[in-house]
Amino acid sequence: MGKKLLLEHINEPGIQSFEVYRKKGGYASVEKALKSMKPDEVTEEVKRSGLRGRGGAGFPTGMKWTFLDRRSEKPRYLVCNADESEPGTFKDRYLMEHLPHLLVEGMITSSYALGAKTSYIYIRGEYMYIVRILEKAIEEAYANGFLGKNILGTDYSLDLYVHPGAGAYICGEETALLESLEGKRGNPRLKPPFPAIAGLYACPTVVNNVETIAAVVPIINIGGDEYAKIGVGKSTGTKLISASGHINKPGVYEIELGIPVEEFIFSDEYCGGIWKDRRLKAVVAGGSSVPILPADLIFTTAKGEPRLMTYESLADGGFATGTMLGSGGFIVMDETASIVENLYTFSRFYHHESCGQCSPCREGTGWLEKILHRLREGHGKKEDVDLLVSVAKNIEGKTICPLGEAAAWPVASAVKHFRKEFEEAAARLQLSAVQKAELATH
Amino acid sequence: MSENKKIEFSIEALATAKKIMARYPEGKQKSALIPILHLAQTEFNGWLSAEVMDYVASLLSIKPIEVYEVVTFYSMFNSKPVGKCLIEVCQTSSCWLRGSDEIVAHIKNKLNINVGETSADGMFTLKTVECLGSCGTAPMLQCGADFHENLTVEKVDELLEKLRNKNERSSYLKSMITDR
Ligand SMILES: Cc1cc2nc3c(=O)[nH]c(=O)nc-3n(C[C@H](O)[C@H](O)[C@H](O)COP(=O)(O)O)c2cc1C
Ligand code: SF4
Ligand code: FES
Repeated sequence: MGKKLLLEHINEPGIQSFEVYRKKGGYASVEKALKSMKPDEVTEEVKRSGLRGRGGAGFPTGMKWTFLDRRSEKPRYLVCNADESEPGTFKDRYLMEHLPHLLVEGMITSSYALGAKTSYIYIRGEYMYIVRILEKAIEEAYANGFLGKNILGTDYSLDLYVHPGAGAYICGEETALLESLEGKRGNPRLKPPFPAIAGLYACPTVVNNVETIAAVVPIINIGGDEYAKIGVGKSTGTKLISASGHINKPGVYEIELGIPVEEFIFSDEYCGGIWKDRRLKAVVAGGSSVPILPADLIFTTAKGEPRLMTYESLADGGFATGTMLGSGGFIVMDETASIVENLYTFSRFYHHESCGQCSPCREGTGWLEKILHRLREGHGKKEDVDLLVSVAKNIEGKTICPLGEAAAWPVASAVKHFRKEFEEAAARLQLSAVQKAELATH
Repeated sequence: MSENKKIEFSIEALATAKKIMARYPEGKQKSALIPILHLAQTEFNGWLSAEVMDYVASLLSIKPIEVYEVVTFYSMFNSKPVGKCLIEVCQTSSCWLRGSDEIVAHIKNKLNINVGETSADGMFTLKTVECLGSCGTAPMLQCGADFHENLTVEKVDELLEKLRNKNERSSYLKSMITDR
């Protein structure tokens, strides 16, 4: 069994409560940090750990923390990104539901490192039942002296609040999230300035994913160097993977970065293989925004080595033959799944979620949805396949935020790897158009 | 309901709204807008009329337009009346792979409504939504704050029956704010 740093105690009865969580060693990172470390020493440990942001982009967390403007007179904020809306991703929900105190603990230790006196957890509005779980955990932390004034008798004080959104994927993008937290529409901001300089209320702000903040707890407990020993190369530590689709055991799994993709899919410890004794067709390895890979490319890299569950190995081969670890939303499709249909659900999603600020994204995502809709409904044209690729190209790199790329990449990769399926869909439709014409003349 | 009844929060809801506002720094009360709109939607029959939006604007001392533009942006806010139970079925990839189409078709059939419509008795409104973070327990639907997962048509039948017998508004927001 792989090492568990986050989910070690998840099956402990009552672990949602402060009492049991504390008995299992909870809040040790807060005690250690506040009583024996300077804030910058906490940041230093996170740097040494090699931890990379678990929200999708994989940016080194320690480095992000050092960018925070510490010379400014303004208050600093830590905002936890619990918006989790990337299709195929449900690990943050799992973590918050079962281990709410792990997130609260991580927020306290991280806020201390950053010098934040007020921190927020921005959670997608649909997770309202988790808001209650978190509120309760926070209440318990206050009651036990881990939040509020003079935590553990030190001169560090922190207030922590949960803030629900109201249904908008784009609010997972960090600057849209900050707009939303300020009570506005979730329109991403132009960068620079980056949140580290001017974020929430134009104050220096760090935005980190739920899992990133939770990982700070074991990092402080065991030390950054120990943490960095787990994993391969620049992919250190453990990662939560949300596994869904046509597998025997959908669910959230904590893996040591570096296990082979094949093991992840077929081992009983994880996905348990493809359901109904069917064959594997394709995998979306890191949430809806990353390129889709067919079965033959998901197991081996361009160099012919076994592909591993790491940032680098999944990306090997670039967009020609590789993909990305992304948010760890691992969607598996069996031989019966239609790639055209699946892509249609993604494109409809991005069109629905575009904030509308940039025309390439607003209009382009609409076109993608429309073309895919007619392909699946039987009104497509032969030219539609190339049109899809061309629309995707015209979105990519021309927008304020990366949602444009997120909408374009799945399209480009699906057509590249499964072109025949798209052409067949178009031909089927042409045939039926001919048939329709024939029928009409009879 | 009387036409000219003044729109205002109950005493409890008003107290909750005040507590929410206190969570943001001096002068940044607008941050409380989204949580308070959730509260308002729960208070006023599951949707936000222009009057309700104006009321929320006055509570936060902001312009009504600042409320309207937010309400129209976020998919959880309803600017039209909805049935007592708002049924929201996820239809994104993982749910679709595990049969959400069949679930939607079944509910449409059973309630004799299309997506976006409300049943004749005012009990159910059916909506399709995008990924709700339950992809590992797909297919799924949300009703109020509750997630119903690993759905089958039998499970959906049971659920609809239960909701119908309960005959009360599925409450989204029971106790969003705890005291400390
Ligand atoms: C369209 C879009 C949606 C995003 N959604 C999320 C999300 O739901 N959760 C998340 O943590 N990060 C999301 N991100 C990434 C954030 O912008 C940001 O990089 C992240 O919160 C940083 O945290 P990390 O460094 O800990 O990963 C999204 C980015 C984009 C462009
Ligand atoms: S790329 Fe799309 S989602 Fe991002 S800012 Fe532009 S319109 Fe909005
Ligand atoms: S795809 Fe339906 S919950 Fe994620």
